[in-house]
Amino acid sequence: MHGLLKDSIGEQVLLLGNEAIARGALEAGVAFTAAYPGTPSSEIALQFFQISQESDLYFEYSANEKVALEVAAGVAMCGLKTMVSMKHVGLNVASDALMTLAYTGITGSLVLVVADDPFMFSSQNEQDSRWYGKLSGLPILEPSTVAEARDMAAYAFELSEELKLPVILRTTTRINHSSGMVTLGPLRPRITRGRFEKNPFAYVCIPAVSRNLHPKLLDKMARAAEIADNSPWNRIEGDGAWGIVCNGVSYDYVCDALDELGVADRFRVLRVGFSHPFPEQLTRRFLEGCEKVLVVEEGEPCMQEAVRNCAQKSGLTLSIQGKGERLFSRLYEFDPSLVKKVIASFFQQPFTPAVPIRTDDLPEAPARPPNLCPGCPHRATYVAVREVFGDEAIYPTDIGCYTLGLLPPLNMGDFLIAMGAGLGTAGGFARATGRKVVAFIGDSTFFHSGLSPLASAVYNQHDFLVVVLDNGTTGMTGHQPHPGVDLGHLNLPRKPISIEAVVKGLGVENVLTVNPFHHRKTVEAVQQLAECPGVSVLVARAPCPLHERTLPGFRKRRPLHVKPERCRNHHACTTRLACPAFFLREGRIEIDADRCTGCALCAQICPERAIAATPGKETDR
Amino acid sequence: MKTTRIMIVAVGGQGNILAARLLGEAATAAGITPRMSEFHGMAQRGGVVESMVLLGDGKGYCIADGTADVLLGFEPSETIRAAKKCGAHTVIVSNTSPQPPFTVAMGKAQYFQVDAALAALAGRAKRLVAFDATALALTAGSPLSMNMVMLGGLVQTGILPIPADVFRRVIAEKTKAALVAVNLQAFDLGMRAAEQGAVG
Repeated sequence: MHGLLKDSIGEQVLLLGNEAIARGALEAGVAFTAAYPGTPSSEIALQFFQISQESDLYFEYSANEKVALEVAAGVAMCGLKTMVSMKHVGLNVASDALMTLAYTGITGSLVLVVADDPFMFSSQNEQDSRWYGKLSGLPILEPSTVAEARDMAAYAFELSEELKLPVILRTTTRINHSSGMVTLGPLRPRITRGRFEKNPFAYVCIPAVSRNLHPKLLDKMARAAEIADNSPWNRIEGDGAWGIVCNGVSYDYVCDALDELGVADRFRVLRVGFSHPFPEQLTRRFLEGCEKVLVVEEGEPCMQEAVRNCAQKSGLTLSIQGKGERLFSRLYEFDPSLVKKVIASFFQQPFTPAVPIRTDDLPEAPARPPNLCPGCPHRATYVAVREVFGDEAIYPTDIGCYTLGLLPPLNMGDFLIAMGAGLGTAGGFARATGRKVVAFIGDSTFFHSGLSPLASAVYNQHDFLVVVLDNGTTGMTGHQPHPGVDLGHLNLPRKPISIEAVVKGLGVENVLTVNPFHHRKTVEAVQQLAECPGVSVLVARAPCPLHERTLPGFRKRRPLHVKPERCRNHHACTTRLACPAFFLREGRIEIDADRCTGCALCAQICPERAIAATPGKETDR
Repeated sequence: MKTTRIMIVAVGGQGNILAARLLGEAATAAGITPRMSEFHGMAQRGGVVESMVLLGDGKGYCIADGTADVLLGFEPSETIRAAKKCGAHTVIVSNTSPQPPFTVAMGKAQYFQVDAALAALAGRAKRLVAFDATALALTAGSPLSMNMVMLGGLVQTGILPIPADVFRRVIAEKTKAALVAVNLQAFDLGMRAAEQGAVG
C-alpha cells in the first residue's frame, strides 16, 4: 500500500512537503487530480500517479498545465473535489483558463497548487505567483511549515467549497523540498461520480454573462476577505511595539531570529498564511500602537504594499519597510542569518553575526556543472546538427534536459525563454535574419506547447528546421509520461500519439525520423532537410538512458573501450562529445566502463576507429 | 533542545538524500523532531546534492553560512565547496576519496591536493575527521554503502544526541533488505574510522 494511504490516525510521520500536500488532499477526500510536472512541484503529482494505480483516485498527467486545470475545472463543475499542481511558470500557461474560471466559479472544490522557486534552483525565472491572487481575485494560502502544508491543503478544499471558487495553495521550493513531522488525520472517502447542472447563462462566459459574473466574483472576494480577517492562518503573536509582518518560510526565520536575539517580548508578529484577499481589518488592528513595521517576504513586495495600504486607510504614518537598500531584496531566497541581520539592523538591536570560517584562501573546488548523461541521445543529435550547420545557424532551444546542450563543447542553444517558445521564436529569427534556424524541442515539451507554434509557422510559411528530441519521456522532472508515451508496462492502457503523424497533420511536408546514435544517417537526414524550404521536421528518437533501464525488457549494452594501439590522441571523442564516461589517465583517453552505456556514438566519431565495444563485458546499469 | 544543524553535501548518486532521510528517521526514533531540506536539481546529471538537517528547537529548514554544527562531506571537493557553512564551532566529517567532475577527468580543470586542502580546513573548524569512506564501503561489500560509512563517522563524533543503536535499527528497517548487512557493516566501519581519522 502507498505510504500516504496509511489510515493510522494520530501517527507522526516524516513527510516531504510535497507528500504532505498530497496527504492533505487525500484527507480532504480529493477524487480527481491532474498535473504537468515541474520542479519543485513534481512529487505531488508523483504521489497521485502512484496512488491512482491502487485506488479509485483519478490522476492524469495532462499535456500541459492549462489542460490539467481545464480537465479539473470540468470535474469541479460537477461537484467533485479536485487538485491540480504545477510550478510557478506553469501557472502562466494555465492562467488564461484560471482568470475566467474565477468568474464562473465551481460547484465542487478545486485547489491549485503553485510552487514558486525563489533563487531559480531549477527554473527560468523567479516570478512571484502571489500576484495571481490580485489578477484573478482568487484566495491564496501560504504554508510556513511542512505540517502546515498538509493542514492548508486539506483546508483549501473547505474554503473552495464554501466560496465556490478555485483556491491557490502557494508554496516555495523550501516547503516543497523540505521534510518535517506530520500527524496523520483521517482519510475521507472519495466521491468519484459527479453531476453537472446545466446553467449556460451562469457558465458560458459571453460578455452579457460575464458582466453578471464579475460582480459575483467581487462579492465572493469580499466574503473571502472576511474569512481571511478571521482565519487562524492569519495571527498576531506577541504585543510588543515593534511589528513584523511575514509569510511562508520567512515566518520561520523571523521566529528563530527573535528567539536567538532574545527580544521576542518587544515584538508583535503578524503571520499571514491566508494572504489574498489580504486580511486588512486584522492588519489595521495589528498596526495600532505599532511604532514601526518590517515586512519579511521573499520575492515581490506584495505584503509590503498591502500593509502600507492598510496604514493609509487607518490614517497611520508609521514607517513600514521591507524591500530596499540595507533591507530585503526582491532577489533570490532568504536565509535565517539574512533575516536576523535585517531585523537587528532595522530595529537597532545588537547583533553578532555568525562568522563563517575563512575560505577565500582554500584551494578552489573544481566546478561541477550538470552535463548530459553518458548515453544521452540529445548529445548525439546535437553533434550531428553541429556537424552540418556549425555556428552558422541560430539555435532557439526549449525547456528540458536538452537545454544543457547550451554548454560547451556542444554550444547548441542560442535563445530560451519558455515552454514551446523555441518553435515560436524560430520563425522570428528566420524572418529577421534570413539565416538558417534550427529549433530544438523535447517530446514532452512538443505536446505541452509545440503544436500551436508549429501550425502557425507552417501556415505563415516560415523557414526553419525543427528537431524534436524524442527520448520517450519527460526527462528533467523524473520521467513522467506524456501523450507520446506507451504505459503498457504499468498496465495503463494508453495509445501513444505519433509525433510524425501530428507534424504531418499540421502540414509539414518534409519529415524524417532518425535514431541519433546512427551518426552518419542523422547527419545525412539533417543535410537533406536543410535543403527543404519552409518548415521541416527531424524527429531524433532514442530513449533516455536513465529511463530506459527502468523499463521491462531492458538489456544492457556492452561498454566501449579505447584501443590504445589505435588511438592517436586526437581527442575528437572528448572535444566534440564531452561524454562524462570519458577520462584522461596520464594524457591518454579512457572510458569508464561503469558509466558507459554502450551507445557507441564515440566509436563513430573517432577518426582512427580506435573505440570499440568491450567483448563479453556488460555494464552495471 | 538546542538546535543541531547538519549540512550534508555530495555528488549526485552518492546517496545523500537517503542518508539525510535515515538521519531524520533516527532522530524521530530518538524522540527528536527533525526538519530537513534537500536540493538535488540536476543530481542525476552530475551536479551537487545538498541536504540540510536541523534537529531540536526552531522552525526553519535552512542552514545559513557559518552556522552548521556539522559539515558532512561525501566527497572532498564538495566539503571544500561547502566550507562557508562552517564556523569555528563546526565539526567536519569528510570522505577523502575524490569523485572528479568531468572537467577534471578531461584535464580541463584541476583537482586540488586532497590532504593539503583538508589539512588547511582542519585548523579553522573545531574538528575535522577525514577518512576514505569509498574504500570502506567497498570493504563492507558495496560502493553504494559509502553513505552509511559517512553516517557512522558522523555518529562517532558524538555531536548527535542519538545513540548508534538507533541508527542501526533504522538502517535495518529502512534500507533495502538485500543491502542491510552491508549497510550495517559500512556504518560500523565508518564509526571505527572516525575514531582514528581525526586530522585536527
